[in-house]
Parts: sequence; C-alpha cells; structure tokens
Amino acid sequence: MSIQPTPGPPPYQEPDDARRPETPEEPPGGSPQRETQSGPPSLRPARPRWRETLSLLAHNPTAAIASLVLLFIVIVAVFDDTFASEGANDISVDERLQSPSWAHPFGTDDLGRDILSRVILGASVSLKVGFFAVGFALVAGTLIGLLAGYYGKWVDDVLMRFMDMLFAFPAVLLAIAVLAVRGPGSGNTALAIGIVYTPIFARVTRASVLGVREEVYVRASRSVGASDWRLLTRHILPNAAPPIIVQTSISLAFAVLAEAALSFLGLGTQPPNPSWGLMLAEGRGYIELAWWLAFFPGMAIFLTVLCFNLLGDGLRDALDPRQRTLMAGGGK
Amino acid sequence: MTDDVLVSARGLEVHFPVGGGGLRGRAGGLLRAVDGVDLDILRGETLGLVGESGCGKSTLGNALLRLVPPTGGTVTFDGTDVTSLDRRGLKEMRRRAGMVFQDPFASLDPRRTVAQTVSEPLEVHGLRSGKRERAGRVGELLELVGLDPAVAGRYPHEFSGGQRQRVGLARALAGEPDLLVCDEAIASLDVSVQAQVLNLLRRLQRQLGLTLLFISHDLSAVRHISDRIAVMYLGRVVEIGPAAAVGSDPQMPYTQALLSAVPVPHPAQERARRRIVLTGDVPSPSAVPSGCRFRTRCPYVFEPCDDVDPALQPAGAPGQLAACHLHGVVGTPVTKTPEGVTAEPSSR
Amino acid sequence: MNQPVLAVEDLRVRLRTPRGPADVVNGLSYTVGAGETVAVVGESGSGKSVSVLALLGLLPARVATVTGTARLQGEDLLAMSPDRLREVRGPGAGMVFQDPMTSLNPVLTIGRQLVEGIRAHGDVSKPAARARAADLLREVGLPDPDRALDRYPHELSGGMRQRVVIAIALSNSPSLLIADEATTALDVTVQAQIIDLVEKLQDEHGTGVIWITHDLGVVAGIADRVLVMYGGRCVEDGTVDDVLERPAHPYTRGLLGSLPDLAAPVGPDGEVPELTAVPGLPPPPTDLPPGCVFWPRCPVRSDPRCEDEQPPLAIVSRAAAGAGATASGTTVSGATPSGAHEGDRAHLPHRAATWCAEGTSGTGSPAVAGTSGTGSPSGGAR
Repeated sequence: MSIQPTPGPPPYQEPDDARRPETPEEPPGGSPQRETQSGPPSLRPARPRWRETLSLLAHNPTAAIASLVLLFIVIVAVFDDTFASEGANDISVDERLQSPSWAHPFGTDDLGRDILSRVILGASVSLKVGFFAVGFALVAGTLIGLLAGYYGKWVDDVLMRFMDMLFAFPAVLLAIAVLAVRGPGSGNTALAIGIVYTPIFARVTRASVLGVREEVYVRASRSVGASDWRLLTRHILPNAAPPIIVQTSISLAFAVLAEAALSFLGLGTQPPNPSWGLMLAEGRGYIELAWWLAFFPGMAIFLTVLCFNLLGDGLRDALDPRQRTLMAGGGK
Repeated sequence: MTDDVLVSARGLEVHFPVGGGGLRGRAGGLLRAVDGVDLDILRGETLGLVGESGCGKSTLGNALLRLVPPTGGTVTFDGTDVTSLDRRGLKEMRRRAGMVFQDPFASLDPRRTVAQTVSEPLEVHGLRSGKRERAGRVGELLELVGLDPAVAGRYPHEFSGGQRQRVGLARALAGEPDLLVCDEAIASLDVSVQAQVLNLLRRLQRQLGLTLLFISHDLSAVRHISDRIAVMYLGRVVEIGPAAAVGSDPQMPYTQALLSAVPVPHPAQERARRRIVLTGDVPSPSAVPSGCRFRTRCPYVFEPCDDVDPALQPAGAPGQLAACHLHGVVGTPVTKTPEGVTAEPSSR
Repeated sequence: MNQPVLAVEDLRVRLRTPRGPADVVNGLSYTVGAGETVAVVGESGSGKSVSVLALLGLLPARVATVTGTARLQGEDLLAMSPDRLREVRGPGAGMVFQDPMTSLNPVLTIGRQLVEGIRAHGDVSKPAARARAADLLREVGLPDPDRALDRYPHELSGGMRQRVVIAIALSNSPSLLIADEATTALDVTVQAQIIDLVEKLQDEHGTGVIWITHDLGVVAGIADRVLVMYGGRCVEDGTVDDVLERPAHPYTRGLLGSLPDLAAPVGPDGEVPELTAVPGLPPPPTDLPPGCVFWPRCPVRSDPRCEDEQPPLAIVSRAAAGAGATASGTTVSGATPSGAHEGDRAHLPHRAATWCAEGTSGTGSPAVAGTSGTGSPSGGAR
C-alpha cells in the first residue's frame, strides 16, 4: 500500500459528494488571492521573510532613521581613508587646540591633529572592535545556548555553570585579565569584550530555545523522522532567533562603549591610533580649556549607541509574529 | 500475534516523575500517564481512542511512536519492537507512521512555508530526489487533502485553522505512512470545519488504505469515524470493542456514564435523557486508586473492586472487552504492602 | 406576559481593527424572560461573545462603538454611566467565562474573592459575608465549603473552579446570568454536572440565563429558546424544538448536518454516511458579503436577491409544530416533538433570515428541495 495519487485517477474522489468539490476554504473576501500557476508549485516562499522584516522596519520611523544613521557611520568607517584627511596622526604644534573652524570643523587636539579626521578613523576602530567582539560572542554564545537549551540535563548544567562563572566576574575585570594575558591592542580588546559578552548570548539563546523546543511543530517534525541537527538548524534556531538578533544590536552598542572604556583605561587601542574612547580619555584633561576635544568623540559614541539601541527596539517589534500577522492581513 | 495487527502495545507504561527534585532533593511522586495499556491496532482499521482530559490518551498516542519514551512495556510496529529500535530504525518507523496534532496554530513552524513543511518528510527520508520532483509531490499532497497546490508558497499565518489542519495532514501523509495518528485533530476547529476534516479523514483512510488511530474526547466524532473504540480512564484502556457495541451497549460503568453525558442536538431526547452523573472528580494520575481505578466514582462498586485490579475480559458483543468485575472478577490482586499479604484472585 | 429581564434591541457593535472597521454585531434583538434560558449559538467570529460583552460595557471604549438599547429590568445598560454600570454588574447580571482558571485571581483565596464580591454590593460585615460565601459554595455543590474558602484556585479541579466562578456570579442574586462557553473547557461528565447545577439554581432563583455556546448538544439540553448567529446577525431564532428539529436557515441545517450523530450513526445501507459539512469558512467581520451573510457558503441560493440583499428575519411558520417536520424535509431524523413543552411556548415565533427555507410560504420562491445537490458551485466561486 502506498500513496499514489498520480498518475491514474484524480487524487481524490467523492463518490456521493462530488457535487461539492472540497474547495480550499478560501475566506470569501479574504486576503490571499489564489494564484493560477502551471507546473509544480515553487518551494520558495512568495515573499522572503527578511524582506517582510525590512518592510516592517521601514514602517517604524525611529528605527528607519537609526538604520540610516548607522549605515552612514559604517560607510564612513569603511572608507575612512577617503574621508579623513591624510596624516591624521601627524603632530602639528602650530595648530594645537584650535576651536572648530572651516579648516577643522571639529577643531584640533593638544597635538594639533584634526579631530574630524581622528573621529572618522576612530569610527573604523571602534566599530571593528564592536563587530568582532559581538560576532565572537554571538557565535560562541548562541552555540553554547543552543546545545544547553536543546539537550538539557548534564550538557545544560556543565555549559551554563561555566557561563555563570564568566558572568559572575565583573566585566571590566575579566576584560583586564584577558588583556593582561594577551597584551593590549584592538584585536585583543575585541576578544576580551567578546568573551565577556558570550554568557549573555548563551543565556538569551538558551531561554529562547527552551521555549521553542517545546513547540508542537518541533514535535511534529520529530514525528516525521527529522534528526536533531535538522530540528536545531531548520526549526529551533530560526524561531529562537528574534531575541538573539535584538540582543546583537543592543550588545553592539555596549561593545562600542566597552571599547571606549577599555581604551580610556589605556588597555584598548594604543596611541597614536585613534579610537573614540581613547580620544575621550585624552580630551578629558582639556575639558575646561577646549571642550571639543572630548565633545565630538563623545557625541560619536552617543549617536552610535543610541542608533544601535533604537534599531534593537525596532527589530524587537518587527520580529514579533503578531506584528507580522497584522501587517500581512492589512498591508496587502 | 496475527499479522493483521499493525501496532501492538503490551503492558505499556509512561510514568513521569513529578514534584521533588530541586534543592531539597526529596523524592517526588510518579505521574502514571499511561499505566499498563494492552492495545492492538489492526491493519486498515480506524481505532477511536476516547477519554477525558488527563486520562493519558495523547501520551499513549505519542508513546506508540516513541515521541514520548515509554518507561515500561513494549510496543511493536508491524512486528518490530519499537522500544529497542536504533536511530535508523526509528527514522524508518516514523516514516511509516504519520501524526496530526491538536492545535493547528502551533503544529506548523511559523517561519516555514507550506511547501517547506510538507516536503520535510520527503527530504528527511530522501523520498524524492531533486527540488522539482519534491515540489511536484508537494502539489499532489496538497491536492490530496483538498488544498490548492498554488498555496504552497504561503506561510501558515495566512490560513484558517481548518486549512492548517489540512497542511498538517499533508505533512503526515508525505512519507506514505501505514499508520496515521490523529491526536485531537479536530478539537480546536469550528463545528462546520470539523465535519469537513472528518469527511476528509474518512475518505483518505479508505483511499489510501490507512490504519487510523483517532484520539479524541468527542465521543460523537469517535463513534462516527471509528471501526473500533477504546475507552481510556486514568492511564488504562478500560473498554474496547466494535464501535457499534461500545457506542450503544457499553459494558464498563465508566463508558456508560461517559456516553450518557454526551449531549445530543435533539431537545426531546435531551429532556427525556437520564444522565448517569458521576460524583466527584477524576483522581490524580499521581495517586491512582488501588484495585479498580474507577472504584472511587463507580456507582456499582462492590467488594472485589478494592482488592483486584481488573483486567480486560470479554463482555457484551463479540470482540468487546471490558475491565470490570461486574463481568467476573478477573485481574491482578492488589499486594497489601504492610503485611505482605496477597489477596487471592476470587476466580479465574 | 410579564416584563422580560433583558430586552435587547437593534444591538450593533463596530470594532476598530488594524484591518479596518469590523461590524461584529449587526442589529441583534432578543429578550430573556425570568427563569428562561436563551442559547446564543454560533461559530468563532459570529459575534456571539462580543454581543454580550457589549451589554455589560466590557469592551474597550477606545475600539468599540456600541449602539442600540439593552434594557435590564427596564434600565438601558448601553446608556448607563460607568459607575451605575459597575453597580449593576453584580446584582443585575453575573457572568461566567470559558476558562475558570483565568477568571479567578490565582493569588487570592476562594473565600477572599467571594467575600469581596459580596461586600462590594452591599453593606455586609466580614463574618456575615464569609458565612454567605460558605453557603454559596455549598449551594454550587463544593464539598467541604468551609475549608474550600481558604483554598487557592490552583488547588481545585477545573470543574470545581467553574463552580466557584458560578458561585461568585450568583453571589449577589443577579436577575440575569450570562454563561460564555462556560462548559467548553470541561470534560463531558463535568459539563453534565455544571449544566445540572445551573438548571437547578435557575429553577430556585428564577434567574434569566443567556448561554453562549457552539455546542448544539448543550443547547438542546439547556435552552428554552435558541438564537443562531452568523456573521454578526441572528439568522434564525425560535424555540429550541423549532430551531433544532425543524431548522429553516440553510446555515442552521448545515451546522446540524455537521454533527456526527451519536445515537444512530449508521445509514440504511449499514454504512456511516458522510457528514453534510458546510463548505468554506465564516466571513471575517471586516469583510462581510454584500448580500445574505451566508450566501458565499450557501448550498441553496434559491432566490436571486440573496446575492445582493440581506433577507430580513421573517416568521417561518406558526404551525411548525404540526407540519414543519415533514414539510421542511430536513435530514434530522428521530425527532419526537415533546408535547409538554410545545404547549406553553407555541406563541413564540420561529423566525429565520433567509429566502431559502424550504416549505415556507410568502417568499414567492419555489421550493428548492434537491437544489442543494446541484446548485452549489464551490464556495469561492466569485
């Protein structure tokens, strides 16, 4: 016995109810129109999920503006060589501590360097550290959280107790310890921040996985014979992702701050290379004499952190399935 | 065992530890969701499994497919022991047994299209090679359950409950199963949609020669669709038999009460009816009464009910079995733990 | 005839939703007499629950526009000030919802919740209120009521919790009890207990009951009158015998045909017949069809007006008790009209909002027996 609807007789027949072919229950005036289409239907979604998320995000003005500002900052950071004037690290004693002007829109610092150029170069350093740190934490934390949440029992105990240990350390102390072992520099700063943030991602992921793991659709997939790997990658991770994505954008904000803090303490980026935190630290001594030294790097940090946070909030809303349903019903 | 039996459970138990644990480490109780079930599902039949909430009928359905690990007893599927299958054997067994779940809103992954959901079994078991063939098969399956193949690219939230349940059905049928387990598959649908799905299930069962295990609390629906009916109470099958016999001449007092409580849409009958109103509540499955588990609510309780755990025995129509001492005291005597005295079985 | 407890006239509810305005209830009129049970039947989205929430002002004013009148013992609920409405809710109308777990506060004892309700609407001392609470629990059949007062909701079973909810609803001896799917979440044996309880209490106190449900079996047992809702409208109403045994509206017939028959499921050929399911889905309230609300799913469609015009609620037949069962030729079998109840309720009209009721006179359309077999293209033909 097997199911063989084709070829041969039409797939289903209703001996005594043929008068009323079982139509799919289309809502009479409901949203999805029936498409007529020849050939086998496509296995691909009519509208990819990420595009729906993007369009939802675009409907949220705050998040949209934040994304645009972030995009601008990232472009500036990527093409820092083009935007910054040459020799941003060159000392020029004649132009020390000049207030903002046409020649130097953000003024110059105590060594006569153009602050605008250094903020631009700093963007590159700060964001690089932020992205690498969060990238590390995201991959490591998600993996740990996924395994802990899915397998539970001793796997969960071992992994999460280890994460708790990391979490219990004061974050800065832990970063200092990592930097003390590996030496200062932006690469190691990124690693240190990444390690500090890993438990956060592990916890968020585990909590989300614990909820998704019990969903009926996961059991349904298991009932058709899907392997653990398949369940994890096709069902659990995608459905557990929204809080992780939101955590990512918020963590990026904090990573930028953390880099600033570590550089401020002299453990991060090393002079003469600029980073926002380092510039802030250096400008601190001149705050009464020349406010612009600390103000502009501070503003850059503020703006970036704010935008990441706003984007995080926007994503949280856009990834909420309830939002989707409303949009899908009303939007078309 | 004859080869007419597709699935067979013997002394099947699913016990969950409850309470306890934690920091104090005290021993918790045991929730006996399924507590010694003997059940045969015959090839090609529709077996209805009824019972009230908490009686363990869903757990039993899940345990038969090893979606919940049994803690005791055996399950055989087409002659092979399910409880000792390795990974590969389990996978093949799950291809041969499809399942439809209660909540059509929870049983479909919201992030996967209908096509992705329905083609999952095809991918998992390598049943169709190539995207094109799989897409073609998905189209066939959707048509089989009465959906337009053009909906394949849509997401679950675009569908109504009845349509989603059809998608779930298409997924369950994708592996060309021998057995289809419907776990409260119509419970969360509107009345008129329930009827659509019931008709569809019956048609598919005949057309594909499926063996159907229809788990439901709705006696009318079970009576409508089933060839045989099994009644569960507190983790045990207490009566089983041909649908007509169990439905019109039940032999176990619990089944009688259950049947008499089902309201029918005929006012005259409803006014004339004499319900057997059971007193009290179903005991907790973590504190199952000794002897007959129904004795705390049974209107006919008499002396052996305390001491002997009744076994299924022939009663009423041919093929009808009931676990009740009214048809003769048969079963396992209760062991009186303090004295170590074992009550003698009164007859056999 | 004495004054009804509740008289609802032309009730309309419009909700603002993200998908546009939804006409959830469209001109509903009915009365509930003392000691009478009116069952409101419908599927999800038919507006049955919203219609009663609107009566008690329980819909958020921000999204709901409610018009019409609803006189509870002569006083219009819909024109009342919020303060007066709050006073009326306890002693005037009590409500029992589907899920007894969520309608009880999990962190307060049963006793506190009962005493609170009793003291909110009367100047009663605490001990007196507690004694009354114990009496109420005894009345709803809770074993050991004095101890039950100090228990928390999670310590009781579903059936016992629903009894407590009923006790709270009855604590101020309301003249009207509204039960919204009150037994849906319960097992049949427990449902039978609750139905018996409500009937007993109703007999003792003369309470009018509105029983909202989708279960026609429950309706047959408990109701005096039935009101079938579809697409926010009453499509058929009448005595329980008229509506269930001689349904006139194609929707009511479809609903009854959808139910598997527990008593006699085997057809003449020894086979269990297919259920006569209603194809398609109820219309979303945001997008009601222009004509008869049931037109898109109707298997009959015997009148050309159906597509563009909503048929009014018209009397089907006064002599239904005698001739209706055979004239309508419906699928319901085994109907034995009960003489005892027919007598005193014969004056209640049996009405249906359709031009497609077979055997009815006055519509001018030919009887359409048989068309249900051929006349229906798929539900989504438009």
